[in-house]
This record gives sequence, C-alpha cells and structure tokens, in this order.
Amino acid sequence: MDINLVRSLLTALLFIVFIGIVLWAWSKGKREDFEAAARLPLDDDMAEERMARNGRGRQ
Amino acid sequence: MQSQSTYNYTVVRQFAIMTVVWGIVGMLVGLVIAAQLIWPDLNLASWLSYGRLRPLHTNAVIFAFGGSALFATSYYVVQRTCHVRLFGDWLAAFTFWGWQAVIVLAAVSLPLGMTSGKEYAELEWPIDVLITLVWVSYAVVFFGTIAKRKTPHIYVANWFFGAFIITVAVLHLVNSAAMPVTLTKSYSAYAGVQDAMVQWWYGHNAVGFFLTAGFLGMMYYFIPKQAGRPVYSYRLSVVHFWALIFTYMWAGPHHLHYTALPDWAQSIGMLFSLVLLAPSWGGMINGIMTLSGAWYKLRTDPILKFLVVSLSFYGMSTFEGPMMSIKTVNALSHYTDWTIGHVHSGALGWVGMVTFGSLYYLIPRLYGRTEMHSMKLVTLHFWVATIGIVLYIAAMWIAGVMQGLMWRAVNPDGTLTYAFVESVKATYPYYAVRLLGGLLYFAGALIMAWNVYRTVVGQKAVDAPIPAPAGAHA
Repeated sequence: MDINLVRSLLTALLFIVFIGIVLWAWSKGKREDFEAAARLPLDDDMAEERMARNGRGRQ
Repeated sequence: MQSQSTYNYTVVRQFAIMTVVWGIVGMLVGLVIAAQLIWPDLNLASWLSYGRLRPLHTNAVIFAFGGSALFATSYYVVQRTCHVRLFGDWLAAFTFWGWQAVIVLAAVSLPLGMTSGKEYAELEWPIDVLITLVWVSYAVVFFGTIAKRKTPHIYVANWFFGAFIITVAVLHLVNSAAMPVTLTKSYSAYAGVQDAMVQWWYGHNAVGFFLTAGFLGMMYYFIPKQAGRPVYSYRLSVVHFWALIFTYMWAGPHHLHYTALPDWAQSIGMLFSLVLLAPSWGGMINGIMTLSGAWYKLRTDPILKFLVVSLSFYGMSTFEGPMMSIKTVNALSHYTDWTIGHVHSGALGWVGMVTFGSLYYLIPRLYGRTEMHSMKLVTLHFWVATIGIVLYIAAMWIAGVMQGLMWRAVNPDGTLTYAFVESVKATYPYYAVRLLGGLLYFAGALIMAWNVYRTVVGQKAVDAPIPAPAGAHA
C-alpha cells in the first residue's frame, strides 16, 4: 500500500476520533463525572481544613 | 510514615524560588540586547555580543523561567488533585538539580558561541542528552503520581501538563537528532528544507506545548482556586484540549512562508493555524467565564487581575497568530519586528502574567502563609508589568508594520524606495519605547523578588498534609 494512502487514512481516522470525543463529552452520562472532576481542585482545601480542625496535619 | 502523610513541597519550593531568580536573569539579558539594538557600542566583547546573548535570553526566559514555573506548578497541582505524594522523591530531586545544571551549562556555552544554530534548540548535544535524562525522569515522576492517585478522575490541568511533557519529549528527540563531531560541535541529522521543516515543526510546537499547553494546565488549576469556583465548562476543557492536540502539530510551516518549502505544505500550515483560533479561544473563554458571578473579586484581588489579564493577552496573541499565518499578511509581517511584538504579547502577557499570578498564590502556601508579605506590592507589580507590556507590543507593532511597508515600497521604475538601513534608522524611536516597556516589566519582576523574599524569609517550610481518602475515618 502506498505510504501516502496510509497517511491520509490516519488523518481521516484521527478526525473521526475527534468527532467521537466531542460526542462523548456531550453525552448525558458524562455530566456528573465532569462535575465531580471540576470540583477536584476546590475540594482538597475543605479536606485540609477538616484535618486542621481535628488537630492533625501540621508539621 | 510522617513523610508519607504530607505532599512533597520541597521540590515545588525549589522550582518556585528558581522561577523568580531565572526570570530576573532572563529579563535582564533581554534588556541588554534591547539596548544593544539602540546602542550597538554595547557589543563590548564577542561573548557579550547580540548574536550570542539573544539565544541566551530566549533560553533563559523560556526554559529557565518558564520551565521552572512549569515544574513547580505541575508538581504542586498533580499532587493536590491526585491526593497523593509525588512519585519518587529522589527522582523529583534529580529533575530539579538536573534542570538547573542544564540552565547553567546553557548560560556558559551560549555566550562562548557553542550552538547548533537551531532556534530555541541551540544547546549542543551533550546538554541535549542531559535534557533528555531530566525530561524522562520528569515524565516518570508526573505519570507515576497520576498512576497512584487516590481520586477517581484525572483533573483537566493534569491532562494539559501531561500533554506538554510527552510532546516536548518527542519534539526534543526528533529536532535535536545530530551527528556529533566533537564534544562541543554537532551537525543536524537533517539537511536543507527538511531541516527547516523539522526545526519549525519543533519551534511552533514548543510554543504550542511548552508555552501554551503547560501554562493552560496552570490556568486550569489556579484560576478556579483563586476565584473559588469550578471551571466554567469541563466539557469545553475536554474538547478544546483534544482540538489543540490534533491541530497544533500541523501549524509549523507558517514559519516558512515564501521559502523553498513546497507551496502545499505552506498552505496546510496556514489553514491549521487558522483552525487553531477555535481551541485557543475555547481555553480563553473557559478561563474567563470561570469568573462569571465572581467578577467583583477582580476589583480587589490582584492575583485574579494577573490571571485574567494573562488570559486576555492569550486571546489577543492567539487571534494575532492565525492572522499573521495568512500568507498575504505574512508577506508584510515576516522578518519584521511585528513578529517580536507578537511573541512578547504571548510571552510577557500570557506566559509571564499567568506565572506571576500562580506564584503569588503558590509561594505563601509553601511557607505556611495564606498571603504574600504585601498585597499592595502585588498590585503595583501588576500595573507596572501591564503598562510595560502595552508599551513593548505597541512599539513593536508600529515598528513592524512600518518596516514591512518600507521594505515592499517600490518606485514607478521598479526600484526599491528605501534602502534597508533607512528602515533601521526609522526604527530607533520604537526600540527606545520597547526598552522602556522592558524596563518596566523587569522592574515588576524585581518588585516580585523583594515581595517573595519578605514572604519567605524567617518562615518555616511547610508541607501540607494529604487529605484522608473519602469515606475513611479521621
């Protein structure tokens, strides 16, 4: 097979993969997961404050 | 046991402090070469000449200042969003000392005139080997930490940091491939236009992944943190991440418009550069909209000012970039100071400001404080730096368009209207304004250094505890 055909097919395949990613990101099931993930940087402070209140975690 | 229950802040502290130090060094070299363009007499010795200091400036600000900032923030963010201590403490320590060794070697070898001549990849092959070792260790530490995470998700900032680490490894290995002749001299593995294309595939993706993806990782952690709100749209962050990854790889040829590079390759480079506007603005919109409902915080919080203005400059320069990649626009802008203005709107405005904002959040927390020594000085830094950027890029825009117009002007008989030196003479006032802008930006960095010193001095280094896994009893 011509190497350039392989290259073209790979490009087309990657484009289809990208469309798939967009559809996946907008699928219904992902909403809760994404909301949980988006809270990750904010939640860790609360955990830290909780531990500080319990008298732990300071060196 | 004790060391297992805290985050590894040691390496974060080291990199964070060195970010400030290398920022000042790199910007100072920038001031010197800006002054040399006005007063050529300042080329005092061969090792102090413009041609040798210019790569020292770019390497120092990109890899020493920017690189240290990326190491510091990625190590901090990956631990805090994975709820585990960094993987491999000794390996993380090696990345710090190894990276500092690379920087020192660059600072010695470049003024001595040792160079492979590839822009942003000038360092000779023994240093390239050391970079590879450090970078592979960085990847092991980073992905090792992600692998042992206690949280179900990999937060989006880590996706950006991860893409930055992987891509820079690939770019460095391919573009630095060379045949060594002696310890300090090598020749590229590629020749002719292939060499140019590989170089600018590397060069533009260094912008795309070192100076964009990595700093977007920073943005996706520190803006939500400082605003106290989750990112505006997590979906958008996922989609614009993959769009950025798939698109950036193709944009390199826009550095080679109207050269020996085949025309179709130039056109593809232009097309993908135009497409890049969408994922770039996706990130900018996502960051800025994270503040919706919390806009009032911008009035009082200088850290948020830094972060939001950095996104504004990111939006501006990622609009300007695609426009400049259009061949007809490029015919005017290429080889002029417009390009220098564009680069610095991205470098000073986006990379610099997002780094300052993140450091002002980060540094007090690494020393058991909640705030910098003086928030007034943070505000002062913000205004001095912002005015400096505006002066710098406005001067370079005007100078660049003027140069482009002068170079292309022809008389009715077909001869050139201006000799090249006339455009140089006409540029002098703008070089002076640029130096003034750079001086202000540098003054801002000095203000930060003083503030950091006062924040850190006499304080005990504090390593924050790792939160207990959800559901576990305290």
